[in-house]
Amino acid sequence: MTDMLRQKLLPVLTIVAAIAVIWYGFTVYLNAPWQLDQYEKTATEWSMTDLVRDTMAHDRPVLPAPHQVVAEIWKTTVKKKVTSKRSLIYHSWITLSSTLLGFVMGTFTGMMLAIFIVENRAMDKSLMPWIITSQTIPILAIAPMIIVVLNAVGLSGLLPKALISTYLSFFPIAVGMVKGLRSPDPMLIDLMRTYNCSRWQLFFTLRLPSSVPYLFTSMKIAIAISLVGAIVGELPTGAVAGLGARLLSGSYYGQTIQIWSALLTAATLAALLVIAVNIAAQITHRMMGVPK
Amino acid sequence: MTGLQKLLNAAAALCGLYALVDGFTALSPALLLAAGLVVVCGMRLSPVLAAALPVVICPQLDLVISLIAAGAVLAALQDGMAGAVWAIAIAAWLHGWLAVEKTMADDADATGFNWVVSLGVPLFFGFWLLFFWEALTIGLGIPTVLLPPPSMIGARLVTSTAILMADFQQTFLKAVLAGYTIGCGSAFVIAILVDRSNFLRRGFLPIGNFISALPIIGVAPIMVMWFGFDWQSKAAVVVIMTFFPMMVNTLSGLSAASAMERDLFDTYAAGYWQTLFKLQLPAAMPFIFNALKINSTLALIGAIVAEFFGTPIVGIGFRISTEVGRMNLDMVWAEIAVAALAGSASYGALSLLERRITFWHPSYRTK
Amino acid sequence: MVIKADKLNLDFETNDGVVHALRDLDLEIGAGEFVSFIGPSGCGKTTFLRVIADLETPTGGSIAVNGKPPEQARLARAYGYVFQAPALLSWRTIARNISLPLEIMGLSRGEQQERVERMINLVGLDGFGGKFPWQLSGGMQQRASIARALAFDADLLLMDEPFGALDEIVRDHLNEKLLQLWKKTGKTICFVTHSIPEAVYLSTKIVVMSPRPGRITDVITSDLPDDRPLDIRETPKFLEIAQRVREGLREGHADD
Repeated sequence: MTDMLRQKLLPVLTIVAAIAVIWYGFTVYLNAPWQLDQYEKTATEWSMTDLVRDTMAHDRPVLPAPHQVVAEIWKTTVKKKVTSKRSLIYHSWITLSSTLLGFVMGTFTGMMLAIFIVENRAMDKSLMPWIITSQTIPILAIAPMIIVVLNAVGLSGLLPKALISTYLSFFPIAVGMVKGLRSPDPMLIDLMRTYNCSRWQLFFTLRLPSSVPYLFTSMKIAIAISLVGAIVGELPTGAVAGLGARLLSGSYYGQTIQIWSALLTAATLAALLVIAVNIAAQITHRMMGVPK
Repeated sequence: MTGLQKLLNAAAALCGLYALVDGFTALSPALLLAAGLVVVCGMRLSPVLAAALPVVICPQLDLVISLIAAGAVLAALQDGMAGAVWAIAIAAWLHGWLAVEKTMADDADATGFNWVVSLGVPLFFGFWLLFFWEALTIGLGIPTVLLPPPSMIGARLVTSTAILMADFQQTFLKAVLAGYTIGCGSAFVIAILVDRSNFLRRGFLPIGNFISALPIIGVAPIMVMWFGFDWQSKAAVVVIMTFFPMMVNTLSGLSAASAMERDLFDTYAAGYWQTLFKLQLPAAMPFIFNALKINSTLALIGAIVAEFFGTPIVGIGFRISTEVGRMNLDMVWAEIAVAALAGSASYGALSLLERRITFWHPSYRTK
Repeated sequence: MVIKADKLNLDFETNDGVVHALRDLDLEIGAGEFVSFIGPSGCGKTTFLRVIADLETPTGGSIAVNGKPPEQARLARAYGYVFQAPALLSWRTIARNISLPLEIMGLSRGEQQERVERMINLVGLDGFGGKFPWQLSGGMQQRASIARALAFDADLLLMDEPFGALDEIVRDHLNEKLLQLWKKTGKTICFVTHSIPEAVYLSTKIVVMSPRPGRITDVITSDLPDDRPLDIRETPKFLEIAQRVREGLREGHADD
């Protein structure tokens, strides 16, 4: 235990602490010009401690101090009712629901594509290059347009945002699954052939189980990228709800603390989602006896 | 023919038959010819009929039939789409698939690189994608403000070259290239520095991995506040987005050399720089190229999205957001095409370079 | 004396407690000897080789290589090391793999080229210098790795089960080649193996080791003639030495 602490936790915590220190440093540095201006205008005598204290207490700082952001998050999560429009939990839930829907659809699409690709060579040659090309289309960049267009045909609410997430998340799943379905040892495939097993028996007894570890690795990437898709998908909906909407309205009104708290919440959400997939992976792997 | 090939052929023939029966009087001569060819081709499924027909079973035949049928459908699009025309469109596609299936069957035992299979087949698939896009948008009369047909987008690409070039220059040549170079370059250097210390590596690797999974794109509004409206703020977003994938991959790559290879260099009493240049960096190349490829798409996305938060009146992202407002969807799609082309070209160029530099990696080896 | 170990100890700290990899090792190896280390896995034979090469640091006792501590010997590039696997860099051709140590040691281009050609010829890989390692068979790869170890002409050659992964026919062939090479160059060779016939066939001295703790149970000096065709393995003398090695190995196991 102490060994793990020294080997893993200590370095990470050190770097995190370093980041916090640098952040505070920049807070003072970036907010100082405005503050100095204020001092001059009001002809206030000031010392270094005054400067440090005041730069960390702006309403609309260039860069808010970490504790300001944490305070804002605390105020908008714990102290607000969940149903309130100003509650970050409410906004997080909006984003999370379209993330999860998009992730599920993306995973399904990706798996289906991978099965087609592995089982049919024509599909492999036709589809694979286009699957890769599909990701060079900056979908995130045109997400707002897609949302607007889908709204025009009557699709609104959860689904358009989820479709953006689907488009982003199917790719890592498809690529990972193809790799996984092709991963069984040729010797094992030959063994199955000696049993004269059918194509589908081979698929279900050998290919599919071998692809599970690859699937989970891809799912970790897919769920993180689904969240990004959902957030960007929220940008154009007129800043109604969701973490993306908080980002946008924050940037309209120069509410930097609001932007940073939305960002930090999104980061926490991403971490929780990845951890959830990780736990699911560990449980499944243990049940299937996959070596660590 | 295999079972799947027979199935495709039979389905196509049925579609052709339906088209002939349903629309014999209404169809244009070209469509009638296409439907007839499809039906005749279906006859080879019966051994008796095949013997009476001078039909050879080769992929070229199916390819020609599918292209004739597709051409006839495209020519008839303006007159509206009847059921018979749809049937011929589907028959054309089925024959296209059949041609690919046969080419694949011929190629199955071949070794080495085959241009037809590796380039022709995907391009052929792309052709069908565009074909159905065109057929569906025009045939179903989808309003161009929702989804313009490819022909209209193509026309835009030709007529608005000057605007597209200016936007490309602003977004890609300035913001993306600058941000990508600075982001990847600084991450590479920092990864090499961090790699010297075990402690730092153990700290940076999980944090970098974590940050890579975050919606970093959200910093775009902040960067626009800090660095102004011009391309510098977009480049800053690109720097932040590309930095962490590159750092994490380079760090993993630098420790990719096996323990035995490291011991080998120890037995030669090799210095730090010798080990770095002769062992660690070459072994890290596959990882580094992985990051470079991921980043080439990330960079483009970052720059375009950042333009939504404020920009001078030029740039791909700016054009997309304003033209959406004006309902000029053909211009929007033209911009998307430019962006996709730039993205694919960068990705392709990086892949080629990767193939040249990491030729030794098991995924590229040729005996 | 090329190698002199005196009460050498090496303990590893693991999660299950301390492992005595080497316990009170005393050994002397003279110039030009061919010494084999044999024993079951975990007996410390590879660890001992790694101590000589300064890849592990002993926790007690003393060891000298060419009369110097191992680290100084390593810095003076006193030995060539051949690993269990070929460990060739897959982005370099065979020729450039062999010249790798020469590049690191800063020899001139011309000198490098001349030596590489000589080494390729010595191990019988003529015509394969331009190939990449992954285009060659396992036996050829291991020959290339031996050529690499010989390239900078150190007087001591440390070989850690170099032929362990090869089939018997290739192994016989390489054993013969190795003996010729040893006679031609007069180098001192330390050779780790787990094959009794290989150890007896090659060596002038056989060190039998046993595990838990890793220690020497017997040192057998072979009096086989210097000239050793492969069928010497059928002679009574050979079998007698092999028998003694086998007994030594069994003894090591008896007090388990």
